[in-house]
Amino acid sequence: MSTMAPAPTEHPAGQAAQRRTSGRLSRGGRLWLYALAVLVALSLARVVTGADDLTSAGTLRAAIIAAIPIALAGLGGLWSERAGVVNIGLEGMMILGTLGAGYYTYYQGVWIGLLGAIMFGAIGGALHALATVVFAVDHIVSGVAINIIAAGVAAFLAEVFFADLAGGGATQSPSLAQPPSITVPGIAGWSDDLADRGWFVVSDLAGLVNALTADVSSFTVLALALIAGTGWVLWHTGFGLRLRSCGEAPTSAETLGINVYRYKFVAVTVSGMFAGFGGCYLALVASSGYANGQTGGRGYIGLAAMIFGNWSPGGLLSGSLLFGFTEGARLRSGGESVHALLLVVALGLLVLAGWQIWKGHRTAAVLSAAVGAAALWWYLVTDTIPGDFTEMTPYVTTLLVLALASQRLRMPAADGQRYRRGQAG
Amino acid sequence: MTALRRGVLALAAPVLAFVVAAVVTSVVLLGTGDSPAEFWQVLLTVPAGRNIVNMVNFAAILYLSGLAAAIGFRMNLFNIGVEGQYRVATFAGALFAGQAFLPGALNTVASVLVAMAAGAAWAGIAGVLRVTRGVSEVISTIMLNAIALSLVAYLLRRVGNRIGQTIETDEIPSNAWVPGFSLVPGETAELYGLALLAVVAGVGFAVVLNRTRFGFELRATGYSESAAIASGVDVKRMVLYSMLLSGAVAGLIGMPELFGASHAYGSTIQTGIGFTGIAVALLGRNTPLGIAVGALIFAYLAQQASPLGITAGISPEIILVTQGVVVLSVVIAYEVVSRYRSRLEQSAVAAALEAERRHEEVAA
Repeated sequence: MSTMAPAPTEHPAGQAAQRRTSGRLSRGGRLWLYALAVLVALSLARVVTGADDLTSAGTLRAAIIAAIPIALAGLGGLWSERAGVVNIGLEGMMILGTLGAGYYTYYQGVWIGLLGAIMFGAIGGALHALATVVFAVDHIVSGVAINIIAAGVAAFLAEVFFADLAGGGATQSPSLAQPPSITVPGIAGWSDDLADRGWFVVSDLAGLVNALTADVSSFTVLALALIAGTGWVLWHTGFGLRLRSCGEAPTSAETLGINVYRYKFVAVTVSGMFAGFGGCYLALVASSGYANGQTGGRGYIGLAAMIFGNWSPGGLLSGSLLFGFTEGARLRSGGESVHALLLVVALGLLVLAGWQIWKGHRTAAVLSAAVGAAALWWYLVTDTIPGDFTEMTPYVTTLLVLALASQRLRMPAADGQRYRRGQAG
Repeated sequence: MTALRRGVLALAAPVLAFVVAAVVTSVVLLGTGDSPAEFWQVLLTVPAGRNIVNMVNFAAILYLSGLAAAIGFRMNLFNIGVEGQYRVATFAGALFAGQAFLPGALNTVASVLVAMAAGAAWAGIAGVLRVTRGVSEVISTIMLNAIALSLVAYLLRRVGNRIGQTIETDEIPSNAWVPGFSLVPGETAELYGLALLAVVAGVGFAVVLNRTRFGFELRATGYSESAAIASGVDVKRMVLYSMLLSGAVAGLIGMPELFGASHAYGSTIQTGIGFTGIAVALLGRNTPLGIAVGALIFAYLAQQASPLGITAGISPEIILVTQGVVVLSVVIAYEVVSRYRSRLEQSAVAAALEAERRHEEVAA
């Protein structure tokens, strides 16, 4: 590909000016507005359907615990793809993380366990970097191979590590220590009371406050700090700028004296570290030990969350929370809560359809309306959702969200392309 | 380049990959305190007749799975969803065959077609999402795998019959079964009759790929999408068609065993075949013959590893490590060899040009 071709202009000046006058809210303001709208919609659904667990502190806590591993995998994807390497191997690196967490936590405690998981993930990441950066293998091919290797290594080593331990087995570790959790005194108590009242919006908000202040795992706090830290490193430091330049225009970066290979290698290894942390979180916080097949495709969902979040830390966190919420709702009184969610989805899609008609996108509107009507019909003719369908929820959500959102997204310009040094011309 | 050199280079990559895989496996075994010597002894024993039959049966299944993946791979379309397509298709085929709408062999043929259609439809979802909404087929096929798992489990619970611990669809009437045939003389274990589907599909793939416009456009899109578009290939249509074709072939994966042994779809259906198929396709460079070799090797490894736990006290899971390392090192090795080859070609061309220039100087 020639680097001399002019980059397509994203927003012509006129369009940008129009955007400035029509959008009165800042980006942050809009996000708060969306969050509030979601909260009101969920609260309304809870009141209308009587699915009281839909926004209870318990559900939201489960949602956060489900969201964090996905967010960590997504964060790994962000590092890798911002440097221009697609990382399908996140799933495998996450598997390695669960194994490392299981082994090291059993013998050395939680914090060494975390380091062990990060190290195992980093090994997976370094392997992917070796294949894609040094040998310029197709990124997807390498990622798929790493997932195969990781699943094999984990299955084999789990048997070696845990089969002879008391309480362990060939496919799972004994139960392991949990990382310490944090409760903010003075808030947890009253928010719990308020959450139980069942008041419109107020109780839902109190449930959210309670989930965020009572019994929060220290790993959750660490993960959120890492997401914020990533935003700072990648967008506010020289290192981050150079790293992102490798994902946008590696040959141009090379002409500016950046060692593209080194940046890509570091980014992909760090990507493995985050995935390893995600695996650790799954093994220690989301469950009580290592088990084969624990990741259940969360590495891929993390990647989807990152795409949904338009390759940005805040976006991938909101994507993860969306997937985490569907999972949390499923885990706590699944049939009832997911059934109530169906109503939210149906009404949301119908509103979207109206908006699309107003914007003149007729085909999209018909599609949204059809899916929305189907969801509404399903909601009306049933009382609960069978277990098999609640299990599908996160995956169906991923598909739907990507189908609706993928056209507004822009990935790093050189993402997934093979790069060889010395091609700049 | 001489023919000898070309042959050596072609073999170099796979040989290199297997050496790496052997070394890594041995090192892992040493690290966990197991004996590599015992591992290789078990792995390299001459298989008994029964094992050979199992191996070929499994290889046929893996071949179909590898072929399904390869169709997409040839045009850089990553259908990771063979696993889900195979499940949906096998379930649909078994369900249809169990109803016995048609007599005998007609039922068999119709059921295989139903399975192919179901696999194609399931893959088609990802194709449509890619073409109309720009959703990456890698993510969507993986999501569809998980959805297929739950969907089939749900449907099986609705329509299946509980037999002990498992749930199964209605058994296929015996007149629609496909008899096996003897592969090793004097051995009771037989090759599945529908294992021949692998041969048919393989030949079909080779013909379509090398002798039809569709195959040409498929390969052209894989080599350079921009060049393909410039020469008038409708890439969107190609994406959709190859996804459908890939899914249809994935629909065949379950057929040999369904009509040859199990005669019903049960909750004990073999898992992971779709993923192993991806590995086999990568190993075989997505060519009809290469995939066959890859499938035979993987089937050999899987079959030979199964007694490891009993005879050598080593967990048979180690073979998954071997298989995974083979795949990763084979793709790296192909890359290294092709780089080496192009450097050889470059220097050959440079030498030829140099000679020509001298010749002209002398003439002048």
